[in-house]
Amino acid sequence: MSARKILILGATSAIAEQAARCFAAEGAVLHLCARSQVHLEQLAADLRVRGASAVTTSVFDAGGYVNANQQLTDILIQMGHADVALIAWGTLPDQKACEQDLEKTLSEFVTNATAVIAWLTVLAGYFEQRGGGVIAAITSVAGMRGRQSNYVYGAAKGAVSLYLQGLRNRLYPAGVTVVDIRPGFVDTPMTQAFRKGLLWASAQRVGQGIYRAINRRRQVVYLPWFWRWIMLVITRIPESLFKRLKL
Amino acid sequence: MSAGDQESWGRVRAEAQRCHVPRWADKGAQVFVDDGPYLPRGRGRSYGDSCLVSHGTLIATRALDHFVEFDTETGRLRAQAGVGLDAILALVMPRGWFLPVTPGTKFVSLGGAIANDVHGKNHHVAGTFGRHVRRLSLLRSSGESMICSEGENPELYRASIGGLGLTGLIQWAEIQLKPISTYRIVQEAVPFSDLTELVALSEAADQEWEYTVAWVDCFSRRRRGVFFRGRHLESDAGHETGEIRTEPRISVPMDMPGIVLNRLSMKLFNALYYRAERGRNTTVDFDRFFYPLDAIGHWNRIYGRKGFYQYQCVVPLPEGTEVIERILQLAEERRTGSFLSVVKVFGDIASPGMMSFPRKGLTLALDFPNRGQPTLDMLERFDALVREAGGAVYPAKDARMSRESFVAYYPRWREFAAHIDPAFSSDFWRRVTGVAQ
Ligand SMILES: Cc1cc2nc3c(=O)[nH]c(=O)nc-3n(C[C@H](O)[C@H](O)[C@H](O)COP(=O)(O)OP(=O)(O)OC[C@H]3O[C@@H](n4cnc5c(N)ncnc54)[C@H](O)[C@@H]3O)c2cc1C
Ligand SMILES: NC(=O)c1ccc[n+]([C@@H]2O[C@H](COP(=O)([O-])OP(=O)(O)OC[C@H]3O[C@@H](n4cnc5c(N)ncnc54)[C@H](OP(=O)(O)O)[C@@H]3O)[C@@H](O)[C@H]2O)c1
Repeated sequence: MSARKILILGATSAIAEQAARCFAAEGAVLHLCARSQVHLEQLAADLRVRGASAVTTSVFDAGGYVNANQQLTDILIQMGHADVALIAWGTLPDQKACEQDLEKTLSEFVTNATAVIAWLTVLAGYFEQRGGGVIAAITSVAGMRGRQSNYVYGAAKGAVSLYLQGLRNRLYPAGVTVVDIRPGFVDTPMTQAFRKGLLWASAQRVGQGIYRAINRRRQVVYLPWFWRWIMLVITRIPESLFKRLKL
Repeated sequence: MSAGDQESWGRVRAEAQRCHVPRWADKGAQVFVDDGPYLPRGRGRSYGDSCLVSHGTLIATRALDHFVEFDTETGRLRAQAGVGLDAILALVMPRGWFLPVTPGTKFVSLGGAIANDVHGKNHHVAGTFGRHVRRLSLLRSSGESMICSEGENPELYRASIGGLGLTGLIQWAEIQLKPISTYRIVQEAVPFSDLTELVALSEAADQEWEYTVAWVDCFSRRRRGVFFRGRHLESDAGHETGEIRTEPRISVPMDMPGIVLNRLSMKLFNALYYRAERGRNTTVDFDRFFYPLDAIGHWNRIYGRKGFYQYQCVVPLPEGTEVIERILQLAEERRTGSFLSVVKVFGDIASPGMMSFPRKGLTLALDFPNRGQPTLDMLERFDALVREAGGAVYPAKDARMSRESFVAYYPRWREFAAHIDPAFSSDFWRRVTGVAQ
């Protein structure tokens, strides 16, 4: 069997990197996209040593999403084709700051929702035409219910989840799998400032979970698994009660 | 920040210590984020205070774990300093290579192995880890990266090997691996009845056996024990390629009450161990031979919250035998035997490191539960003997040696001090040089 070709957008994410290591270990071909050329080179070298058949890179910023079509074409010229695409970039907005700042709220929403949706749109076109493959995006359990402490982020992630659901429905006849990855708390640079407790998982554990979910062509995955049950409870709390909680 | 970063393997704690986990270390600004003072932190497997910096900032290297280059033909490996020896083994063994030198646990970082210039059971033929470090890159608090090797910045290279994390942050290092063809070790276990017999056994084995180490039953009257000698099992059929798994099999879930490790249980363990191991000539898996303690995660918790002291010294032979004997007697008189007592004869292969611990002679490693002042007094008596014999004590395992002892053990410390990064420090360094925080 020839090596699978994996495209990762937002490849410098700590979680995405751990998933990339799993793909490298099986000898896959990888194309990494992120903002920093220096860091892309570090990742590429590491993944080659870990067994990737080939690793190529391109510099990209989610903010340039209007050019997603052209960028994907350029990427595919380098890769030949793609079997799997993983969207991993994201930011964790300062909720309090957003409340005071319209521009900030919108730009965070653009990074975490609009830009992701733009890329999903062009990727959907590509994979549909190809008649197969996997599109995966990292959303969050935070996208399942709005909470006062984190709803700018939550709304963006929730928008992406809903978009993925629609795509899954549309792409089913074409044989394209659409995976919605919903991590809970993960110890990464994004959450460096938080105190870590029992519910926290390592980027490695979550990255390996992403790898498995893609291989098993899952639809919605909670990482680690116990978040499925936590969210089952949280989403069932009546709104009349929920609005009184300090979450 | 995780609670683990606040203490060392022997459960020594730092005060008001911050911890930064940089994701990248190609620029100073990613690493030096506050006023310091800074100290790099690997996996915290040092027992004492050499991996702690009270009122300062640890630079934890766990996310700096990228491989850079691996030449499977020549066995040259370049990796960032946060890569663990466990990850290196998992990568290189299926390609027919092994670490040139390995300590008794694989859960240490490459940077930690260099900064303590660690030794293994092959010291008599391979020297220390630092001898196999071809080049390294050091990030100084000025933001400058310096390549160090025998040819470039040679003084800084020699200061950084065994440099206790004080000369800057090692970003990456290039090491030379050694070829193997199987994952197994041919091992012979020869019983001995006293230390003189052990030294004779060891000297006779030195030529033919790559790995030698001895375990001493410190509760026995004449210091009986078992001498282990081993070498890699060779195969003509190409090298082994199976996957290497590196997680501990079981783990100690929480601190044990101090009573679990008492004199009786330790005595019993040692007697049983003697019966089980003597005369067992067999081939064993590399993991069992090199890393028996790695099978149990967090084994340091069996000593409870108060932790323990590990004491490792080296004393020149032939007087060394007597000094070690005297130390074991002192421990016996205080009725505080050591759970595990390990002895090895070091060879005379010099390390490039100016602060390196290993030197020709007999080395002894003991651990004692922390019983406060009486334990400290006993260890100070040991030091008096070691100083007089012209020996040394290992900083990686120390939490209490005096300034006087340190200066005697490491006569080049002033020369070394000139290479310390001005923004770096550690609790160990403050203690042994008498510098206030
Ligand atoms: C069960 C067990 C068995 C052991 N057996 C042996 C043995 O057989 N032989 C032996 O020699 N030692 C042995 N040791 C000690 C251990 O090998 C050393 O303490 C080693 O340095 C620990 O590495 P670490 O990554 O945990 O580093 P840490 O303990 O976190 O740090 C050790 C030192 O390295 C410095 N450091 C870490 N990373 C960097 C970096 N990137 N740049 C600059 N400095 C850095 C730190 O500042 C500190 O001074 C053993 C320890 C245990 C727990
Ligand atoms: N950590 C958690 O607890 C958690 C929980 C649920 C979901 N998630 C999601 O998991 C994904 C990965 O995050 P992580 O935890 O691995 O954190 P991370 O290491 O901080 O990764 C975030 C990545 O997003 C990239 N990025 C941010 N803005 C970008 C932009 N405009 N253009 C391109 N790239 C951009 C960053 O790139 P630079 O390196 O260039 O800054 C970084 O690589 C994110 O979508 C996050 O929302 C995380």
